Amino acid sequence: MNKKMERIGAENLPPEDRRYTNEHEWIIVDGEIGTVGITDFAQSHLGDVVYIGLPAVDTLVMQMGQLAEVESVKAVSEVYSPLSGEIVEVNVSLQDSPELINKDPYNEGWIARIRIKKPSELDNLMNAQQYHSFIEAQEEH
Amino acid sequence: MSPESEASLKHTALSQAHRQSGARLVDFAGWEMPIQYEGILAEHRAVRADIGLFDVSHMGRFQIQGSDAVPFIDWLVTNDVQSIEIGQAQYNTMCYEDGGIIDDLLVYRLPDRILAVVNASNKDKDLKWMQEHTEGLDVQIDDLTEQTALLAVQGPKAQQLLSRLTSADLDQIPYYRFTQAEVAKSWSFLSRTGYTGEDGFEIWLPADEANKVWQTLLAVGLDLGVKPCGLGARDTLRLEMGYCLYSHEIDQTTNPLEAGLGWIVKLDKPDFIGKEALVSQKAKGLTRRLVGIKLEQKHTPVPRQNYPIFQNGEQIGSLASGTISPLLGIGIATGYVPNEFAKPGTNLVIPMREKLYEAKVTRMPFYKNGSIRRQ
Repeated sequence: MNKKMERIGAENLPPEDRRYTNEHEWIIVDGEIGTVGITDFAQSHLGDVVYIGLPAVDTLVMQMGQLAEVESVKAVSEVYSPLSGEIVEVNVSLQDSPELINKDPYNEGWIARIRIKKPSELDNLMNAQQYHSFIEAQEEH
Repeated sequence: MSPESEASLKHTALSQAHRQSGARLVDFAGWEMPIQYEGILAEHRAVRADIGLFDVSHMGRFQIQGSDAVPFIDWLVTNDVQSIEIGQAQYNTMCYEDGGIIDDLLVYRLPDRILAVVNASNKDKDLKWMQEHTEGLDVQIDDLTEQTALLAVQGPKAQQLLSRLTSADLDQIPYYRFTQAEVAKSWSFLSRTGYTGEDGFEIWLPADEANKVWQTLLAVGLDLGVKPCGLGARDTLRLEMGYCLYSHEIDQTTNPLEAGLGWIVKLDKPDFIGKEALVSQKAKGLTRRLVGIKLEQKHTPVPRQNYPIFQNGEQIGSLASGTISPLLGIGIATGYVPNEFAKPGTNLVIPMREKLYEAKVTRMPFYKNGSIRRQ
């Protein structure tokens, strides 16, 4: 843990310090390491997470390739990697406490860390404002 | 409001109320129903600890009248309807000639008629089946689903809440009995029935009173911890109790004997549809049985319907239902297995996500500490 991650204040404003995918993952970049998780929007639509399938360290992932699997009573959901890279660390405390993803999706609920292969892929991701507009459009009622 | 078409969903009288409560709505059997509000786990726990409030108005509600009403229903179902006392409810299955199950239902006996509550997904099928068998009988069947509503108030504090809203003496309503009572100034049938394993009531009332009663229950029960609960929690609660759900544990390919419902099959009744097939099944002995299955370790993927069941390296069946039990924190499931593997304690394996998870045949209910009042 080399960077203090701030807790979000307002529930529906995605944190500014990271980038977002259109599948509701986030990534914070610190040098060549990216920390990945899913957004508050994603966890609230998933429901209570009861199981997470974490990847093995050293696995190679592509941008928007499958990184992990989260499961709620309702459904199994794929988690995609926002950037291409190599997995260097996974959040093993999620195995015993999968509910961390619901309780603290932007901080304690982080899923994996990757060594980023192609930093230019960041251009394909949304910033907080863009993601916020994106999910506003997604909400049904 | 656009006119209803084949494609549009039906709405219960509480549709607006669900939206206001922040419900996540889904299509269930052609009805727009809440799957959850706050969350399945929170709602499940609220029912076990305090009170949960369910809108189950999507379930089919029929009224059967006429001088032949009682023998008619008695002929269509497996339990002994003639023995039901006035003011009593009875769990039943309705079968085809081959003993396969058409539906499971609750039958209520009144002085001048029978009421039946059936699964929403089977309502049209059940009604058609019943109508087809009325020839030559003095029987009139009315579908009261659209003009009524059905609410379930379930939990150890359910009676405490209801007692604030009715002058009826609730202690005089034992398990599986019902009475006419005014609840929150609305006429209703109040029955001590439910699908959760907790004490509680179901309230049958006019559709146009439903919203008022729902809001009143939520407001008056606030200090008791009442929560609105959706179909998601309804499923995890019933599964912890090992209660059957149509199209999971029971369907037209299963008979009530192998489903563990032999206790509601009265083979000494003079006659009923399916009797011959069931008598024959019993005589031959069951080849398979519905069992409860519990995983051996926590923090596994969710076991789900159709996942295979393995025993000694071979697939012997597949799951009918499954979930992670909110109270036990471990995977629980049901499934049919050959008779020789049905003994509690039998070792099974449930493969999930390319891993093999050990499980055991387990007696149901999985959850044994419910406040349900059994007489």
